[in-house]
Amino acid sequence: MPTLTRAEVDEIALLARLHLEPAEAEALQGELGAILEHFAALAAVDTEGVLPMTHVLPTTAPLRADVVEPSLPVEDALRAAPARHGDLISVPSIIPGSPASAGASHHRPGAGE
Amino acid sequence: MSSTPDPYASVTATARAIATGEATATRVVDAYLGRIRNLDRELGAFLAVNAEGARAGAAAVDRARAANEPLGPLAGVPIALKDNLVTRGLATTAGSKILAGWIPPYDGDAVTRLRAAGAIVLGKTNMDEFGMGSSTERSAYQKTRNPWDTSRVPGGSSGGSAAAVAAGLCAASLGTDTGGSIRQPAAMCGVVGMKPTYGRVSRYGVVAYASSLDQVGPLARSVEDAALLLSAIAGHDPRDATSIAAPVDAYAAALTGEVAGLRVGLPREYYGEGLDAEIRAALARTAEALRERGAEIVDVSLPHTAHALPAYYVIAPAEASSNLARYDGIRYGTRAPDAPDLLALYSKTRGAGFGPEVKRRIMLGTYALRAGYYDAYYKKAQQVRACISRDFADAWATVDVLLTPTTPAPAFRFGAKATPVDMYLGDIYTLACNLAGLPGLSVPCGLTAGGLPIGAQLLGRPLDEATLLRAGGVIEAAVGLGAQRPRAVS
Repeated sequence: MPTLTRAEVDEIALLARLHLEPAEAEALQGELGAILEHFAALAAVDTEGVLPMTHVLPTTAPLRADVVEPSLPVEDALRAAPARHGDLISVPSIIPGSPASAGASHHRPGAGE
Repeated sequence: MSSTPDPYASVTATARAIATGEATATRVVDAYLGRIRNLDRELGAFLAVNAEGARAGAAAVDRARAANEPLGPLAGVPIALKDNLVTRGLATTAGSKILAGWIPPYDGDAVTRLRAAGAIVLGKTNMDEFGMGSSTERSAYQKTRNPWDTSRVPGGSSGGSAAAVAAGLCAASLGTDTGGSIRQPAAMCGVVGMKPTYGRVSRYGVVAYASSLDQVGPLARSVEDAALLLSAIAGHDPRDATSIAAPVDAYAAALTGEVAGLRVGLPREYYGEGLDAEIRAALARTAEALRERGAEIVDVSLPHTAHALPAYYVIAPAEASSNLARYDGIRYGTRAPDAPDLLALYSKTRGAGFGPEVKRRIMLGTYALRAGYYDAYYKKAQQVRACISRDFADAWATVDVLLTPTTPAPAFRFGAKATPVDMYLGDIYTLACNLAGLPGLSVPCGLTAGGLPIGAQLLGRPLDEATLLRAGGVIEAAVGLGAQRPRAVS
């Protein structure tokens, strides 16, 4: 099970939204394979009937009162956005081939390099 | 502290000198800023120095004192913060290029509490990218050198914090600990480091790595200083659903210097093969010192210890792969230029912004959480985690604390850990504490013949930080480093 194929590496990278250069993917194939082999020992531990751990102490999830509280001002929230369009964050086209949204033309100088 | 403030003064002494007017906060801050200028070019502990902000904060403390206004318990005390603690108006990178230039619009809860106590934020310290590493070599920005031997790493991931505290570049520091990232660098740099019980300190405003393991805690030059900082930052926070609503002890008051009747367990799995001989001998001296002072030393077993490493390196990367999905180049952080569509923008931004170890862990975590693999990896690891937790619960029936080495070996040379697995193996004594959510404390217990610090680790019951600090205080007095200072600064 632990040995990884190159196709698996590429598939995981796609799921992780992570662009890898060919040399990186090749190195990861070996490294991840070695790590997973090391972890195969877990399979041998007897965990029959053991519930997965959640928290060190018993916890409850109390509900907050349904009261409107101040939130981050729009200007503060948008200050770090790499590209914006008025009070919105601009992004490139979501559907490949459709006309680009406001994205690149509003790219702020100095941001997002 | 009459003319030049002592950079190695305790937090208590510094706060008292400022409160009594023996020193001004401005002088104290300027003294540390001067020391950072002189020493940090070589050490590389700081990613950002908050000179202007620290001076303004110090001036405010001095004005408040002049006006006879009440001062907080840490008024004027300069604290360095690990760079994954979010600070309003002060760049926060978590050691990653993907957050280069990010100026947060808010403070994390621990930072808010420190500021409320009057502490001064002196700067942000270097770390392995997103906390993923054990040497600070995985920072995207710079190396941090160990002040005891600058050819060696300071440990990690809170390596900048540990080096800054050891070298007297700040009064104390806050770090974070997901698998040992406070205790391991504390041990390697000869300072005190505490990981509190999971939930004792809020994670609001901590750059998330593995949310079921991450915890904020102090690094300090004495157990008493660590206790004071912990009292300042602990407490319930409604913004963190895992935060515990238990009262916060006055931890410094627990330092009675007494361990008579304390039952100290030595878990045999922590003293097996692979433990450095000098560290083994130092731990034997530490146990003997506790016994001489009336503690009862008991041999115990934690049978699932060997499984902590694989369980951790499934759980932590799995949670990281989910947590780090937020770095997508949209709302903050860097964005790859010229991406033709949204998928390419995500993937190019992340490919360019993350370093090799972060990519490795995202890939590992994504693999483990993949449909069809969840039961074999993440669920299995969480079950093993429950077994590890039960081992500790069983131990608390016969002992009050556990005494172990913090690390299997002292600080190593740059580049010495050739493969990822080699690096992970250095964490074997610190991981189980995070998996079980317990408090853990590392206290210096001597130097090797080569002059490198050795750390003794105490593990305790949930929320029993006070007992760990009390026992740690006794270790510090009996076998600690006393007035010995690192070579790089003496």
